[in-house]
Amino acid sequence: MRTLRFLLQKELKQIFRDPGIIRILFIMPMIQLLILPLAADYEIKNINLGVVDQDHSQYSRLLVNKIISSGYFRLKDYSPTFKKGLKAIELDKTDLILEIPAHFERDLVKENEATLFVAVDAINGVKAGLGGAYIQQIIQGYNQDVRMQWIQAPKFDPQPTIDVASSDWYNPNMNYRVFMVPGILVMLVTMIGSSFAANNIVREKEMGTIEQINVSPIKKYQFILGKLIPFWMLAISVMTIGLIIARFVYGIVPVGSYFTIYVFASIYLVAILGLGLLLSTYAQTQQQSMLVSFFVTMIFNLMSGLYTPIESMPVWAQWITKFNPVSYFIEVMRMVMLKGSSLVDIRFQIFAILGFALFFNGWAILNYRKRTG
Amino acid sequence: MKQFLIFVKKEWLHIWRDRRTLFILIWMPIVQIILYGFALTNEVKNSNIAIFDQSKDEATTTISDEIAASRYFNLVKNVYSYNDISATFRQGKIRMAIVFPRNFRYDLLHSNHAQIQLIADASDPNTANTLTNYASSIINDYQQSLNNNEELPYTIKTQVRMLYNPELKGAYSFVPGVMALVLMLVCAMMTSIAIVKEKEMGTMEVILVSPLKPFRIIIAKTVPYLLVSLLNIISILLLSVYVLDVPIVGSLFLLMAESTLFTITSLSIGILISNSAKTQQTAMFTSLMSLFLPTLLFSGFLFPIENMPVALQIISNIVPSKWYYIIIKNIMIKGLGFESVWRETMILVAMTSALLGISIYKFKIRLA
Amino acid sequence: MQKEKVITAKDLTKRFGDFTAVDKINFDVEKGEIFGFLGANGAGKTTAMRMLCGLLLPTSGLATVAGFDVYKQTEQIKKNIGYMSQKFSLYEDLTITENIRFYAGIYGLSNERIKEKTSLLLKQLHLEGQEKTLVKALPLGWKQKLAFSIAIVHEPAIVFLDEPTGGVDPVARREFWGLIYAASARGITIFVTTHYMDEAEYCNRVSVMVDGRIDALDSPANLMRDHSAASMDEVFLHLARKAVRTGD
Repeated sequence: MRTLRFLLQKELKQIFRDPGIIRILFIMPMIQLLILPLAADYEIKNINLGVVDQDHSQYSRLLVNKIISSGYFRLKDYSPTFKKGLKAIELDKTDLILEIPAHFERDLVKENEATLFVAVDAINGVKAGLGGAYIQQIIQGYNQDVRMQWIQAPKFDPQPTIDVASSDWYNPNMNYRVFMVPGILVMLVTMIGSSFAANNIVREKEMGTIEQINVSPIKKYQFILGKLIPFWMLAISVMTIGLIIARFVYGIVPVGSYFTIYVFASIYLVAILGLGLLLSTYAQTQQQSMLVSFFVTMIFNLMSGLYTPIESMPVWAQWITKFNPVSYFIEVMRMVMLKGSSLVDIRFQIFAILGFALFFNGWAILNYRKRTG
Repeated sequence: MKQFLIFVKKEWLHIWRDRRTLFILIWMPIVQIILYGFALTNEVKNSNIAIFDQSKDEATTTISDEIAASRYFNLVKNVYSYNDISATFRQGKIRMAIVFPRNFRYDLLHSNHAQIQLIADASDPNTANTLTNYASSIINDYQQSLNNNEELPYTIKTQVRMLYNPELKGAYSFVPGVMALVLMLVCAMMTSIAIVKEKEMGTMEVILVSPLKPFRIIIAKTVPYLLVSLLNIISILLLSVYVLDVPIVGSLFLLMAESTLFTITSLSIGILISNSAKTQQTAMFTSLMSLFLPTLLFSGFLFPIENMPVALQIISNIVPSKWYYIIIKNIMIKGLGFESVWRETMILVAMTSALLGISIYKFKIRLA
Repeated sequence: MQKEKVITAKDLTKRFGDFTAVDKINFDVEKGEIFGFLGANGAGKTTAMRMLCGLLLPTSGLATVAGFDVYKQTEQIKKNIGYMSQKFSLYEDLTITENIRFYAGIYGLSNERIKEKTSLLLKQLHLEGQEKTLVKALPLGWKQKLAFSIAIVHEPAIVFLDEPTGGVDPVARREFWGLIYAASARGITIFVTTHYMDEAEYCNRVSVMVDGRIDALDSPANLMRDHSAASMDEVFLHLARKAVRTGD
């Protein structure tokens, strides 16, 4: 154990002597955490609307007004022909075109029926889907208004109607930030933790000091622990600062307890750092270890369910996420912060992440050879 | 010129000899495109839901079956109390719960009015909204069927046409986005590390003493990465078309030309980073931190830029990936020509020139 | 009088695929000796040394270091040896004192011993007042002497030195050998590889490796007599002319 103490002293001194480290480890993530959640908002609102009104009637204008006052759409283009309106979509000025054909009002009155045309830029499928749904809802509402206006109520046959009452739990303000901030924090901590750990052993390899370690009586597990513990402490600090920012800048307070988060995070970090160390034992140069740890972390991050829901992935991809430690942390963060889940609720995830920690670190210790050949 | 080529050859040999790194440089983007192209999508489907049916009559069963059969929903549980619902949400098992009150069918037929409650987990507002919309429309259809699809007077019909991506596939917006991300990162990061490695090893001095102008040497270092990137672009495009079914509607030539331009922009960023980094570690982290998240978030493929606060919208303008994403989308998916993208192209050209200019300037100062 | 043998090697061999780096070498090193392991670059010296230190697994043959077997008892070997690599591997970003503390600590010295040793070393190397200097600021000659002192901080039975004087000026090299003599006088066995033949004359006995084999093993005086040479340089040239391999 004394050996371990000496190892730790050396590691910590080396880490803090590096001038760039404080900047990278603490300041850059903080900046990102302060700026990025402001950007990370999926919510579909402010859809850019283009209108091609060939009717120019009172009712067509009423319709357009109703659409704009819904708050979902912004009128960005008003063209005389569909062709011109399409140009606006091509140039990304508008997301959606509503074409009101000539004689719209007349047809509705005389023929009892009229048709509107909507063309949607469907590259962003979700935006298109929701945009289309919203405009149809508004048009239907408008339709009801028109009917009410033109027909006396009793002439209506009472029809069975089902009222749909929807309530939103856990995020009544539909605030995306609450969703994204914990996720971004996890991502930052993961990237930093594993990249640093991955790089570290390779650096010693490149500098030659690792030979001196190999020739000494230091045991393998002591060596690995000596690398693991300092980075673990750093990562927890970064996470703590992140949580403080989440609370005081964004007002995000976990519904569950901080304790639960820390318990999980501690084990998670051991797993992630272990992964980094493992990659380190395979790499020959810093370039290699950086490249591999970067790609692995990117895959883990993008496939973690932070940006896109896991349920939407094809089955084989969902299986991959089961082997991705990051997805567990994202899930736990959200569960604890937004729904107040307790240690008992997340016990499955804890077991899983414990498994990862043992697996990665165990493999790293096994793979690290003091003796080659 | 000949000297320049000799340097390029040397740099190429460096990369070629390091088989592991080369392997990763070429295969990783391919693996990523396949993974992300298939797996990453904003579409909502297979969402886990639970049903709390307090009536269990013909109407509720019909509606429940319709919903469970839909590809948007995955019925995982039948619950029997509101507490049950809370617990299931807390365990992270469902995204939405549907509650049928008692005597649903009776009320519907006799008072012409009944209510269904949809409780959505709004941690992800879009998903919540989308699910609510889907469920509502299924319920609406049922209601229509009760009304025997009677035509109401004064009906406005709406025809909706989805342009460019009729099946609303996620890959159409993600593939160009991931292209931008991967290219930017590989080029910028690898270039900066390679240049700094020379500094760290001390061989930079030897080079600086050689007859070739120092900045040309730096450019020589980036040329092999340019070649690797072109290879990456081609493989990504091939994958998009043949594996992910994202067709290239516009001009392939224009697409390649713009991609090459973007690669050069990324390489310039790499050069700029290498100027200030002293160790490979710093180079890598600076690239990662300053490029990965901003590119991911500000290029526009994940999060709509128009949602962001104005300040951030302005910042997004200096992220080159944003412009590249627009260019690829327009050429590849919308099938437009140069007239539609010349503005964005000019912006990229301007950025590249500025980056290279700053790098050259800083370089000179260092030597003096 | 039989002196205790601290290193023994019998038919020690290392093959890398088809290439035999070390070919059935046989030798012994006695306690307290300064044993020089000479040879051209590529002759196999470093490979042989790494096997003895437990850094490389031999292909065949036997060897013991400090009485322990190199196949099965490497961890015990490591407790009893010191090592100085070609790169003088000290931590450049740590101070002199911090480097001493670290290595002394991992070799099991108690805190008081560490303190004692630190002040002793600083005095011996005339580095008093430089406790807080980062190693990276030291000139090469000082790094070399420091690396050696740290390699023997735990008073091991044997210390292995791999090309310890590369790139150092002749004056510093002489001072360095002064330290080696002092250590030897204290009973530490020195096993040093080098391709500087003049240093061979400082050793009690030397062996000369050519193409993976030991072609000569004796005291420098005897070798010079046997080969009618005026210096070890000539002895070496004589032996090396037969060499087939060049370059490490």
